[in-house]
Amino acid sequence: MRNRFFIRVTLAAITACLALAVALVNAQAPAYRAPRAPDGKPNLSGIWQAINTANYDIEPHSAAPSPVLELGASGAIPAGLGVVEGGALPYRPEALTKRNENRANRLKLDPEVKCYLPGVPRAVYQSFPFQIIQSQKHIMMIHEYAGAVRTVYMADQVEAPADSWMGWSNGRWEGETLVVDTKGFNDLSWFDRSGNFHSDALHVVERFTARSADTLNYEATIEDPKVFTRPFKITMPLYRRVEPNAQILEFRCVEFVEDLLYGHLRKQPSQ
Amino acid sequence: MNRRSLVSFGVLVLGVAVLLTATIAAQVPAPLAKPKAAVKAAPPPTSKPYTPPKTPDGQPDLQGFWTNSTYVPLERPQGVTKEFYTPPEAEAAMKAAAAREAEQTEPGTTADVHYDFSQFGLDRSQSTIAASLRTSLIVDPPDGKMPPVNAKGQKRAGERAAARKAAGGQYDSVQNMPIGSRCIIMGGAGPPMMNAGYNANYQIVQSPGYVMILTEMIHDVRIIPLDNRPQAAQELRQWVGLSRGRWEGNTLVVETTNFNGKNAFRGASENIKVTERFTRISDDMIDYKFTVEDPETWDRTWTAEAPLAKTDGPIFEFACHETNYGISNILAGARAEEKQKAEQAKKGSN
Repeated sequence: MRNRFFIRVTLAAITACLALAVALVNAQAPAYRAPRAPDGKPNLSGIWQAINTANYDIEPHSAAPSPVLELGASGAIPAGLGVVEGGALPYRPEALTKRNENRANRLKLDPEVKCYLPGVPRAVYQSFPFQIIQSQKHIMMIHEYAGAVRTVYMADQVEAPADSWMGWSNGRWEGETLVVDTKGFNDLSWFDRSGNFHSDALHVVERFTARSADTLNYEATIEDPKVFTRPFKITMPLYRRVEPNAQILEFRCVEFVEDLLYGHLRKQPSQ
Repeated sequence: MNRRSLVSFGVLVLGVAVLLTATIAAQVPAPLAKPKAAVKAAPPPTSKPYTPPKTPDGQPDLQGFWTNSTYVPLERPQGVTKEFYTPPEAEAAMKAAAAREAEQTEPGTTADVHYDFSQFGLDRSQSTIAASLRTSLIVDPPDGKMPPVNAKGQKRAGERAAARKAAGGQYDSVQNMPIGSRCIIMGGAGPPMMNAGYNANYQIVQSPGYVMILTEMIHDVRIIPLDNRPQAAQELRQWVGLSRGRWEGNTLVVETTNFNGKNAFRGASENIKVTERFTRISDDMIDYKFTVEDPETWDRTWTAEAPLAKTDGPIFEFACHETNYGISNILAGARAEEKQKAEQAKKGSN
């Protein structure tokens, strides 16, 4: 009797412990709560940068030689696991053909080579930092590359009044997450150096969520029915530039591409 | 800007401006350009001191959309001896300046005008004017003129002119063309921030530790840190220098050095120091003063006042370089002209 009771109590205790353990494992680790901005919203201010190879190719890719012979290993393409959920992009067949043409002619066609504005989401994961300046009405995203800038309208929201390179961004807070809804793109920017592209029907919804004091979770849902058969999502962490003197510097690249773009129109000494 | 450079500059940016404005105009129901200049001026000095609103983190609030569009010249015009006009005199000066601008840009008034400046809301008279009774933006020296360029400054000006001459004609290569036409940087971005002639619009956003100023012209952004960080090393140079800011009471003081000298402000050297002071003096006005210090060019500092008046947003994307067909067309035109001349010369000698 005594033994049976003891066993029963022990079994009950074990069951309770197991249940508790399972419950603990199932319950998500409590979400990180960002420090608050003066207006009480999560404070995402700071200088952020992606550390990945998405700007080379958002899809999974192997390392590859430099497209410019003279640059050797310094210009070679590092491998990447890809940032697209599910791996490959859901291109329409004719769009995939265009992507492959873009890729074959990327030195001639990539807008980044010409110092053109990078578009969205490419600006976020180019190999340059960007700064978030957060106020109640406007959240600015200022990119070092080409001085590209986005105003995220939090209060005075309107539909995109005209097509543009960086699109027209309206934002809102969903709990800990800044949601940025961007439309009104032209069809001229690319997603990466590999020719992945979009049309002017592009619609990007980005979610910025602090995951620790110095990292953000970034995800962007990309919809473009003219180019893709379904919406797809890219995800990556963004890292804070923690150097005490970190700042966005000038990368005014127009000057760097003038000979590339207009050199053939230079007056020749013989003329 | 003299007439010829204004016209050739205007022709260059026209393509971009027309495309942008046409697209926007086609899609926005409300007219963007105001039918008449909205003149905003500083309140009379007798009114009681203004207390600016504060941002949630306690900074004096400079946020919003602003313009420094003005007809007041940097230097006091010849023959004017006083610091302030009377209101009727100021109005007359503004009208005369607007007429001069129109003469350069209205079809039929000048032989080489290609378009109507006012048609696209580009002329100052159609936007908010940060009006002032001042006869010059320069407030010090008291004569309203820039101090004379010293010997070092004159020597450098000579060297720069010689270098330009050695580089060939203006249309020989893109590098010989004005930096505004090349979409590298345009008037207005500063520092110092001076009215750009058109699109003289700014957006200011503040967050703890920073003031950000977006210039409409080529989406130039200044991010001014307020944390008293030391200036960067001398070796790091930028077109717009490197700015460090601080609040002195209700005044934002921004000091900028480390310029690269390629966009020399009024002939200054790369070691110019610009100190700007932003003070909000009413709901609709920011008093903006800047002091220029460059012993390599002027033996004394000089100061100008170029107020910012509240205007309507938003600011649209000014993607300048991306559609800069002007450069290709001008250079190609110059090459074609050379070819034609060479062929004619050949025919003539045969």
